[in-house]
Amino acid sequence: MAPVLLVTQDLRTEDDLVHMRAAVKMHASDLGFSSLNQTKIMTAASELGRNTIEHGLGGLVIIEHLREPERNGIRLTFKDEGPGIHDHALALSDGYTSKKGLGLGLSGSKRLMDEFDLISPPGTVITVVKWM
Amino acid sequence: MDRIPILKIGETLLVTIQVDFHDRVALALLEDLSEKIVNFSSKGLLIDISALEMVDSFMGRILGNIAKTSRLLDCHCVLVGMQPAIAITITELGITLSGIHTALTAEDGLALLNKLVNAKKNGKPSAKKQEAKWR
Repeated sequence: MAPVLLVTQDLRTEDDLVHMRAAVKMHASDLGFSSLNQTKIMTAASELGRNTIEHGLGGLVIIEHLREPERNGIRLTFKDEGPGIHDHALALSDGYTSKKGLGLGLSGSKRLMDEFDLISPPGTVITVVKWM
Repeated sequence: MDRIPILKIGETLLVTIQVDFHDRVALALLEDLSEKIVNFSSKGLLIDISALEMVDSFMGRILGNIAKTSRLLDCHCVLVGMQPAIAITITELGITLSGIHTALTAEDGLALLNKLVNAKKNGKPSAKKQEAKWR
């Protein structure tokens, strides 16, 4: 079955980041994710959303409900038109940081989610999926 | 700009983080706390995060910095009330928060602060007297 679009939201300011976290939490909870998984999804979304705002110079997030016969999932897609990520292996290694944070953004969110996909450059598109 | 309230109770500062907050608010908290620790010569800092729904690497870094900064200013910091889901998530994320004292409840946190502060005060008021002073 085709994915169901739940919401598309701009990611430009810190306000957007706070709203996005609340939206992700609400949809993950509506879909029936456990509270642990809600926390994991929300945390990964926060890491990736912050990257979009800080490194991607702003962009957007798409939240979708994935429906398969045997399972349900949530897919978050972060898109920006920023400078992009040139060295994927380096960006995905623990401890790599270009600015604030602990350098766990990409590698950490990859661990928190079930699927992780990075397309860049030009711009950056990061897609993560969590299955129920 | 929104600020997180800081309560002073005797030699202890108490902060309860109630809602999801902006990065700016977190940075302001670090500054406000450092200032208050010095102004009041506070010996203990209790941070209650029981109402927080998530901690990401930025907030983890801020919490770690608050603990380190307060230690440099002769103040012990105890983090209380972390939800189990957050503990599991930040461990998987890779945040260690090493060197941060934790307790499950605010009550346990105060008892721990008492111990930490009095361990240093050799010969000064005992833990019991200190507790009496707070009441």
